[in-house]
Amino acid sequence: MSEHNPFPDEGNTGHIWDDNIRELANPAPNWWMMAFYASIAFVIGYVVIYPSIPLVSSYTKGVTGWTAIGEYKAAIAEVEAIRKPYEDKIAAKSAKEILADDDLSAYVEASGKVLFGDNCAACHGTGGAGNVGYPVLADDDWLFGGTIEQIQTTITTGRKGMMTAHATTLSEAEIDTLAAYVVGLSEGKADEKGKALFTSKACFACHGMDAKGMAALGSVNLTDGIWRFESDDLLASAKQTIAHGVNAAGDAQTRNAEMPSFKDKLSEADIKKMAVYVYKFGGGK
Amino acid sequence: MSEKQIHEQTIEELYAEAQEHTINVGDVKIHAKRMGGKFRNLKWASNFLWLIFFIGPYLRLGDRQAVLLDIPNRQFHIFNLTLLPQDLWMLSFVLLFFAILLAVVTALAGRVWCGFFCFQTVWTDVFTWIEDKLEGGPAKRRKLEKAKWGVAKIIVRAKKYFVWFLIAFLTGVSFTAWFTDAFQLWVDIFTLNASSTVYITISMFIVGTVFLAGFLREQTCFWLCPYARIQAVMIDDTSIVPSYDVKRGETRGRLLKNKPAVEGQGDCVDCNQCVAVCPTGVDIRGGQQEGCIMCGLCIDACDAVMEKIDKPTGLIKYASWDGIMGKEELPLLKRPRVWVYGAILLISVLGVVIGLSSMESLELKVIHARQPLFVLQSDGSIQNRYTMKVLNKMNEDIKVTISVDGSEYKGLTMLGAEHQIVATHGTVTPVTIFVKVPRRNLSEKSQPIVFTVEGKDSEGNVYQSDRESVFIGPKR
Repeated sequence: MSEHNPFPDEGNTGHIWDDNIRELANPAPNWWMMAFYASIAFVIGYVVIYPSIPLVSSYTKGVTGWTAIGEYKAAIAEVEAIRKPYEDKIAAKSAKEILADDDLSAYVEASGKVLFGDNCAACHGTGGAGNVGYPVLADDDWLFGGTIEQIQTTITTGRKGMMTAHATTLSEAEIDTLAAYVVGLSEGKADEKGKALFTSKACFACHGMDAKGMAALGSVNLTDGIWRFESDDLLASAKQTIAHGVNAAGDAQTRNAEMPSFKDKLSEADIKKMAVYVYKFGGGK
Repeated sequence: MSEKQIHEQTIEELYAEAQEHTINVGDVKIHAKRMGGKFRNLKWASNFLWLIFFIGPYLRLGDRQAVLLDIPNRQFHIFNLTLLPQDLWMLSFVLLFFAILLAVVTALAGRVWCGFFCFQTVWTDVFTWIEDKLEGGPAKRRKLEKAKWGVAKIIVRAKKYFVWFLIAFLTGVSFTAWFTDAFQLWVDIFTLNASSTVYITISMFIVGTVFLAGFLREQTCFWLCPYARIQAVMIDDTSIVPSYDVKRGETRGRLLKNKPAVEGQGDCVDCNQCVAVCPTGVDIRGGQQEGCIMCGLCIDACDAVMEKIDKPTGLIKYASWDGIMGKEELPLLKRPRVWVYGAILLISVLGVVIGLSSMESLELKVIHARQPLFVLQSDGSIQNRYTMKVLNKMNEDIKVTISVDGSEYKGLTMLGAEHQIVATHGTVTPVTIFVKVPRRNLSEKSQPIVFTVEGKDSEGNVYQSDRESVFIGPKR
């Protein structure tokens, strides 16, 4: 800092270093000052209109009472209002009645995608395409029945298929014969030896005399070409299922196949929606 | 200099205001002098073309607006034609057409768009005309600009701003009227029933119009408009543009009272009239430049002066640089540019023509389900799921039948199209269809399959539309 100012007329602040480096007191440009005051005016307006200043246990509300969450809730309410007439009808009607109503089933088809994606698609695939071990929902082959009521029951209560392990009760040769027989069945081949064994070992008790399965037990139809545990090698897959069963207690190699109950996860209306949605994949009966 | 002596008074008049008009370097407001002439008339004629913009929305066709760009309902009505979003691809050809038209016109005759048709030019022209009528000529306007604010100035300015505002307001309303019922719009505006979009659009147009045409004016062409820059590179030595005949005009020099011209003096008498009338304030004698919007007003001015001093007109004229320099000019048809531009123009016109002529009243779109691509059924058949989208462009709902050509598919069955479907007019009606084919009858992993939709309107006309999709099965 200089004691005396060598540049007295240029309006500097008097801060001078190294003889000639000095701080000037030029005013800010007009446009800048205008923007500055405009910003202050904006802030005052904002504070008056919107919630802004935090207080100890609350905050200033602003004259309009606007809040972001309030706007969000209003938007949600708007959507709900549009949906309400449909949702009310769905709550009042049975799944079968919903299916018969073109308007409602179109609504379910359009709005059910998110619900299906959140709850079902992880196992059954988008569009009900299925996965290894998880049934395809778009086909007409149903373990526990494909009527709208049966589908609704399946979603509500869940399902657990069961087949005993036969590794201890059948010889390896018998398992080979039975596996070859059921694979042949799905391809339309006749096999007398296999058929005799199928009957004598009481496989029909669950799968039925015609081997087409029983919806009440959830036993699989062995005569169609649809394989739930399908792998590249059908024969090996069939052998494993016969030997170790499905959900057989105490067998480490058993097939696991269990569908959880959605009674507590979804509302009754949502379950109805999902039943209709699944039905409309193309396989409903 | 001709044998005849030019009258002293003429010379005095000629230079009376020569100093007033300066070349635009952006420091002062340009106040162009207005005078009559051939190009001035042409300019009024092209200005009047824009009346279509103001009048168009009030044309009616039957009980609706003849041209209505109905965005909420996603329908464009252009007289008898109704365009749906599905037809939007034609817009790309229309845009291509106008882009190339701009290029070809600019290459041949310079910035015709800028000089005569551009809304910036037209609105500025009208706004300055109003200014001229209310505030007087350039000299008076400059004086008024410098004058202190007082009652007189406020009155004269207020009048001008009011007229400007009125035009700007009409501009906004007219723009909006293309998108909604024009008559209802006027009612809604004044009963305060119009939507906020309408008020916001009109306000933006008012602000934009007054700011751009009233205040920014030629600065828009100089600093804002990208087309001005693009067009500069489209012009070459063969383009016919307003040009100053350098060879004839130079060396320029003033006429002197009672004295013959200096030896070697050109025809330009340096009266500055070409600068005076230029709406962008450029000096055409400097050659082609970014500020020149090629409106031809300097030609009018120069010709008037030439007539006054008994010299041939055309010192400033529409000519190419090659022409000015006395080079041979290539005929139009021998220029490759003309052919290339012409070909692209033709393609874009063809695209629109084909698009319009192939527009069907009933259209079918088929969307094959992707998840899953196919489903094996318990009877061993393969099932594919399709969403049929039936687009009905007619003015009535009609019943349609969906069918499939199963000749390539033995044992094909179709589910979901057993009954006739009501196709709602002006929109797409979706229908889910399942097609089942025995696995053994499929020869390929993916085969074409053709769906047909057929319907009859109330007058008994039959409409039909085909659409090819695919049928997908497991790997063979």
